[in-house]
Amino acid sequence: MDSNQFLVDSEYLSPEALKRKHRLENDPSSRKNHMEYLPGMERIESDVCDRVISQMKEYCPEKYTARDVEAALEREVCGIEDLKALLSPAAEPFLERMAERARVETGKHFGNTVYLFTPLYIANYCENYCVYCGFNCYNHIRRMKLSPEQIEREMKVIAESGMEEILILTGESRAHSSVEYIGEACRLARKYFRMVGLEIYPVNTDEYRYLHECGADYVTVFQETYDSDKYEALHLYGHKRVWPYRFDAQERALRAGMRGVAFSALLGLSDFRRDALAGALHVYYLQRKYPHAEMSLSCPRLRPILNNDKINPNDVGERQLCQIICAYRIFLPFVGITVSSRESAEFRNGIVRIAATKVSAGVSTGIGDHESKYSGKESSCEQGDEQFEIWDGRSLEKMYGDISAEGLQPVLNDYLYV
Amino acid sequence: MDDKLIIGGREFNSRFILGSGKYSLSLIEAAVRDAGAEIITLAVRRANTKEKENILDFIPKGVTLLPNTSGARNAEEAVRIARLARELGCGSFVKVEIMRDAKYLLPDNAETVRATEILAKEGFVVMPYMYPDLNAARDLVNAGAAAVMPLASPIGSNKGLATKEFIQILIDEIDLPIIVDAGIGRPSQACEAMEMGAAAIMANTALATAGDLPLMAAAFKLAIEAGRRAYLSGLGRVLARGSAASDPLTGFLRD
Repeated sequence: MDSNQFLVDSEYLSPEALKRKHRLENDPSSRKNHMEYLPGMERIESDVCDRVISQMKEYCPEKYTARDVEAALEREVCGIEDLKALLSPAAEPFLERMAERARVETGKHFGNTVYLFTPLYIANYCENYCVYCGFNCYNHIRRMKLSPEQIEREMKVIAESGMEEILILTGESRAHSSVEYIGEACRLARKYFRMVGLEIYPVNTDEYRYLHECGADYVTVFQETYDSDKYEALHLYGHKRVWPYRFDAQERALRAGMRGVAFSALLGLSDFRRDALAGALHVYYLQRKYPHAEMSLSCPRLRPILNNDKINPNDVGERQLCQIICAYRIFLPFVGITVSSRESAEFRNGIVRIAATKVSAGVSTGIGDHESKYSGKESSCEQGDEQFEIWDGRSLEKMYGDISAEGLQPVLNDYLYV
Repeated sequence: MDDKLIIGGREFNSRFILGSGKYSLSLIEAAVRDAGAEIITLAVRRANTKEKENILDFIPKGVTLLPNTSGARNAEEAVRIARLARELGCGSFVKVEIMRDAKYLLPDNAETVRATEILAKEGFVVMPYMYPDLNAARDLVNAGAAAVMPLASPIGSNKGLATKEFIQILIDEIDLPIIVDAGIGRPSQACEAMEMGAAAIMANTALATAGDLPLMAAAFKLAIEAGRRAYLSGLGRVLARGSAASDPLTGFLRD
């Protein structure tokens, strides 16, 4: 299979584990059916998935012409066909015009504001084998889970930097990072931050409701790829392998009372144009069903991981990424767009002037290392390894200054928990 | 000319109110200095911040704060936000803003009536943002609103008086100040609304997105004053077609 670039063995694996790993990689029949729910996974009635996937399957990016792109750009409100044209190769020569249009739409809905947040990884244990991810259960990294006291210390350090919005992340392990453990982290976060978001393994509606009551109000789930066959070949083992349960996570979160949800495909895993289309339509159809909800899209590209520095976003260059973000903005003018520290400072400075409305700052994707990173002090505690390499390592202060210097308005909070 | 805008027993000389959409220090300065704003809306959720950028710090002294409940999706949430605003020291004025739609940000009239009733009973000076519907406006009056604030067109759109006919009906039928809120994009549109008899204009995006902010703020001030004076003077007649006879048509009648 063409995902060989991802595979890394470790000398630390027992012979049995290594055998099992190789079998999962080489023998599809050794893997569970990725479309089948596991016991305990809630199934909701929803037609959103069928709508998104049927559009994605129909989509032939090569079919669209310069004329289609021009027509899309001239339309006051873009429809699904226009989005397909804007995501197609035919739109590449129109990138500057797309950026101009995107900038106008962003200004209409967001003014010149750019929101800042920081992610906090509280645990990196994972029970899944997703071949491209640094946290995957076969990768030999330092595993760690912060205690509530350690979480609070990290939060204090981050809050002292001025940050008011936090995104709590874990590896996908119910055993190590239970819903109650995450709920405790949310309660602590409410003490130090105005806005608490979650990026954790998908859970059932009642669990989302519990986490909402603990103080979380925004749920991010990356679908990674909307191509379920490709997904099957990359997520070889664990509960994350169940593709449809993941797809419906945002809808369960909204039903549980969360204010907002965020979506994404990890660009570079599969055909990026089709994944970008599916991501935008996932938002579009859910927005029609839950018009009160706030929605946002992220646009991550693959990054190198610990023990495998060859992982890269393949054919998704910066121009392609910019095209996707502009198309998102033109099709969904009211939706937040987040660009993470996976991208360079130059790219992020440029894209906030066009379409991105939210960027992270002061980022570490490791566990328990904010104190050492923020204060320069060597931490006395143990630290856990990082999920992927970040590119833009700017602190909150630096990011705040850089955004202001672009003539934009950095915003630390525009939210109330009610 | 003694022509005060009176809301909740408080008198204002200016009929321009700054909205909360796109905030910046320079916008607030221009609104107060050049547009003469005496009321400034602020989103409580933006004031709910710790240091760097608390917009409460931007508001000059002597200006009446109008905290709004943006972010509220129903009456209960609006009530909670209004109470929080009072605790934050924003006074007793509140603009009720309830949206169940994150795309167009259109107000929910039914929930707005409910919140208005609760807040008016608690002593707030309630200024509800609403979709211009006469029945809802009457319900707001009965609920204890201090003004009624119909939208001219979708918020932030600068599209002008798309709901003109319906705003005129509110002006004609409702005995409270009708403040046109949202969608006013040009001074000429503000002037037109004032000529119609609107009591005041609320705008933000029209200024925030203008080429020269202070100049546009000054233009709004003049346009609103011009429209107000035209309204007070009574507009001259407009002829649909042809010309009017200079002698009365009934001049031949002898008794």
